[in-house]
Amino acid sequence: MGTSIREKYCYRISSLKMLIRFYLLLMPVLLLPEICAANATNVLRVGKGQSYGSIKAAIAASSHGDTVIISAGLYQEGNIIIDKSIFIQGEGKPILDGQLKFEILSVKANHVTIKGLVLKNSGRSAMDDPGAIKVYDASNVLIEGNTLLDNYFGVYLQYSKNCIVKNNFIRATQLLEHQSGNGIHCWKSDSLQIIGNKTYGHRDGIYFEFVTHSIIWRNLAYNNLRYGLHFMFSNDNAYISNLFKNNGAGVAVMFTKKVVMINNSFEDNLGDAAYGLLFKEISDCYLSGNKFIRNTTGIFFDGSNRIIIERNIFKENGWGMRLQANCMDNVIQLNNFLGNTFDMATNGSLTLNMFSENYWDKYQGYDLNRDKIGDVPYHPLSLYAVIVEQNPPAMLLYRSFMVNLLDQSEKLSPSLTPENFVDNKPSMAPHNL
Amino acid sequence: MIRLLKYVILDIVKNKIVIAYCIMLALFTWSAFGLEDNVSKGILTLLNIMLLAVPLVSVLFATIYVYNSNEFIELLLSHPVKRSVIWKALFIGLSLSMVAAFIIGTGIPLLFFADFSTALIMIVAGCMLTIIFVAIAFLSSILTRDKAKGIGIAVMLWLYFALLFDGLVLFIFFQFSDYPIEKPVVLLSALSPIDLCRILILLQLDVSAMMGHTGAIFKNYFGSNLGLLVSFLLLVLWVAVPFYISLRKFKKKDL
Amino acid sequence: MIEIKNISKNFGKLKALENVNLRFNKAECIALIGPNGCGKTTLIKTILGMVLPDSGDVFFNGQSIKNDTAYRKQLGYMPQIGRYPDNMTIGQVTEMIKGIRTQKEPQDKELADAFNLDKLSHKKMRTLSGGTTQKVSATLAFMFKPQVLILDEPTAGLDPIAAEILKAKIIAAKNDGCLILITSHLLSELEDIVSEIIFMQDGNVRFHKKVAELKADTGRETIAQSILHLLKSGTA
Repeated sequence: MGTSIREKYCYRISSLKMLIRFYLLLMPVLLLPEICAANATNVLRVGKGQSYGSIKAAIAASSHGDTVIISAGLYQEGNIIIDKSIFIQGEGKPILDGQLKFEILSVKANHVTIKGLVLKNSGRSAMDDPGAIKVYDASNVLIEGNTLLDNYFGVYLQYSKNCIVKNNFIRATQLLEHQSGNGIHCWKSDSLQIIGNKTYGHRDGIYFEFVTHSIIWRNLAYNNLRYGLHFMFSNDNAYISNLFKNNGAGVAVMFTKKVVMINNSFEDNLGDAAYGLLFKEISDCYLSGNKFIRNTTGIFFDGSNRIIIERNIFKENGWGMRLQANCMDNVIQLNNFLGNTFDMATNGSLTLNMFSENYWDKYQGYDLNRDKIGDVPYHPLSLYAVIVEQNPPAMLLYRSFMVNLLDQSEKLSPSLTPENFVDNKPSMAPHNL
Repeated sequence: MIRLLKYVILDIVKNKIVIAYCIMLALFTWSAFGLEDNVSKGILTLLNIMLLAVPLVSVLFATIYVYNSNEFIELLLSHPVKRSVIWKALFIGLSLSMVAAFIIGTGIPLLFFADFSTALIMIVAGCMLTIIFVAIAFLSSILTRDKAKGIGIAVMLWLYFALLFDGLVLFIFFQFSDYPIEKPVVLLSALSPIDLCRILILLQLDVSAMMGHTGAIFKNYFGSNLGLLVSFLLLVLWVAVPFYISLRKFKKKDL
Repeated sequence: MIEIKNISKNFGKLKALENVNLRFNKAECIALIGPNGCGKTTLIKTILGMVLPDSGDVFFNGQSIKNDTAYRKQLGYMPQIGRYPDNMTIGQVTEMIKGIRTQKEPQDKELADAFNLDKLSHKKMRTLSGGTTQKVSATLAFMFKPQVLILDEPTAGLDPIAAEILKAKIIAAKNDGCLILITSHLLSELEDIVSEIIFMQDGNVRFHKKVAELKADTGRETIAQSILHLLKSGTA
């Protein structure tokens, strides 16, 4: 009998619990009218058979905080100005076509969100630089998950703040630099987040000028006509885990201070003036964990100072680094140099930079005391690198018997290569990077 | 012709030098890939073997073999066999066996270790170098009846193409470094088959560097399909011309 | 059958043959004699096409041998010093020659049998003695029943038994209607074989006579004596 009493007791407890749960579940529904009244948001639908036939009409009818949902279809409405803080969402990838004449979306209000659209064929003009999405003097704009095809500029931010450009696919197929603008163009802005975008075939994949305190994270820039990433006068930025591949001239960072670059890959940037990374007049930067693979020049240093380069990989480049004589106080340490045609090149005999504990696969020294540091200093500048620097066509003779002989004899008794261009503590084994 | 070829190859195989050469190449190649810590360094070691040892062995062995074949040639000549057939059979037999030794010794490990396009261009270059230096051996052995002199000529030619020519070009580079000499230099490089092969491999191995500076000029020239075709034709010419001259001389030779 | 017209050949300054004109017919057995270096071997090699004359031409059955190799099918040649590829065996050499000639005619194995070469067929050429090498050369020369036989010092280095066998074979061939050209220094050996004599000196043909004619002119009994007489009297 004792069991049945216990069962009854249990039943009462559980039914009480259910009741409480029910009320909890209903609570949002019961409170809903109050929330709606507070924000007064509406959902405006655009498309065939929807309440609004055009995007412009929907925006005109909307007010701050409203949501405009654009259904699948082709929209050719010229220039659409967004001057309210609204949420624009594409459903089924609606296509907004600029017909090669118009800037497609002009954002002139804060707190605008643009998601899930396809924007193509913006106007092309070097006079007013039309973009598929251009943000004028606004903050807290989110541009996410859009597809931008064959536009002049893709996303263009100017005088903007706290904006996020995320997971967009941006591609252009123009063949000449002057027919094409940049994929993501940021000018005089602050605190931007450029995340997870893919840019192909634009002039520059991502362009920063006078942009500060911003982050560029997990983007891909492939096959852009000029630079994958182009930085000018943009201090205190970080770019992390991006991949720059096969761009016309690689990546350029110019006239900038305090940039942090971590875990990026610079690959297959081939050509006379192409660099994995070009540093021009920059200082106080930090590079770590980056990979420079199959570039004509991995990093080109010109007039750049106080840069720390550590734990990077330089692999199969024509020149691992080209350190011009006008650079000083740079620290190059703990990097791996693997299979480069030349590890280093320079244009002068003065070197005021520090090399330490790098792994050079061309190092032929020994390690008698087993501390994993070579006992003989390594001179990363080979004689033939110097010769080719002065006499580029001599490259044609590289790897011939005569040249091997020259290089070996220079290694035994350096005469032409600068004495202070030296890694005194070359690592015996590649660093685990 | 085929029957004759059979006997030539049979004789070369019995000679055992080709087999030893093949084993040596294989040892070098496997150890180059096995001992070096990465494949690209192994390839560089191999490149040196290929540009120096392969031509040397080819030219020496072929020259000595042709001199030692005098009896064979005399024997055949009293029978209804054309002189050109004898000479061609000797040439093809020698080339085929040396190329086979190269492919077995070096080609197979290359395909095993290196990436396909690098392996392919190195194998083609190695085979062409082999055949070219067999042709040069035929020329030098027909130039003189004296075996010692003939071997001397062959070694001198090898020395010139493998070592001296580069020095000469380097010298020209420095003398004329103020002038635009890229194009003349491209032409000049065609004058040495070893250089031609080296450049073709260089374009594969050091493509990143070759894309920079004036390298791009070479890349445009040698790297394009037309350039590859022209380079290949030049290599074929390096086979055809010495062999043709030797053939003409052989047809007029008194035995 | 073979006609030699105005052949001249210089080796550098040495005049090996100087305007030589000769004519050989079927079923003749001709001895080429003369001192060392008189041009005998050069003449033979010219007929074989191994030496190319500076001027003049050789006709075989009325056809010039320039740029022709087919006529050698009718030719059997036994060199003075047979030189063969070192690494080949006797068997391989005979097989190779058979393969090259691809002639349908029945092969003559008499000499091979007489010399017992079958037993040696696995031996490499470089291991053979001079005599055995000559046996191989002789066998190869007769193997294809040629219409013309050119024998350069055929019996030199052969043991007397082998020399006899070879001699008998030469006579048999002559009786079959072959044209036979022999060079030899052993004049006594030629006695019962030869029908005509060609005497050469310094690249010139001194005379070309029938044996009987020669003997009559010199009034001697044997060829050897006749030649010696000529050489001594200086009228050759």
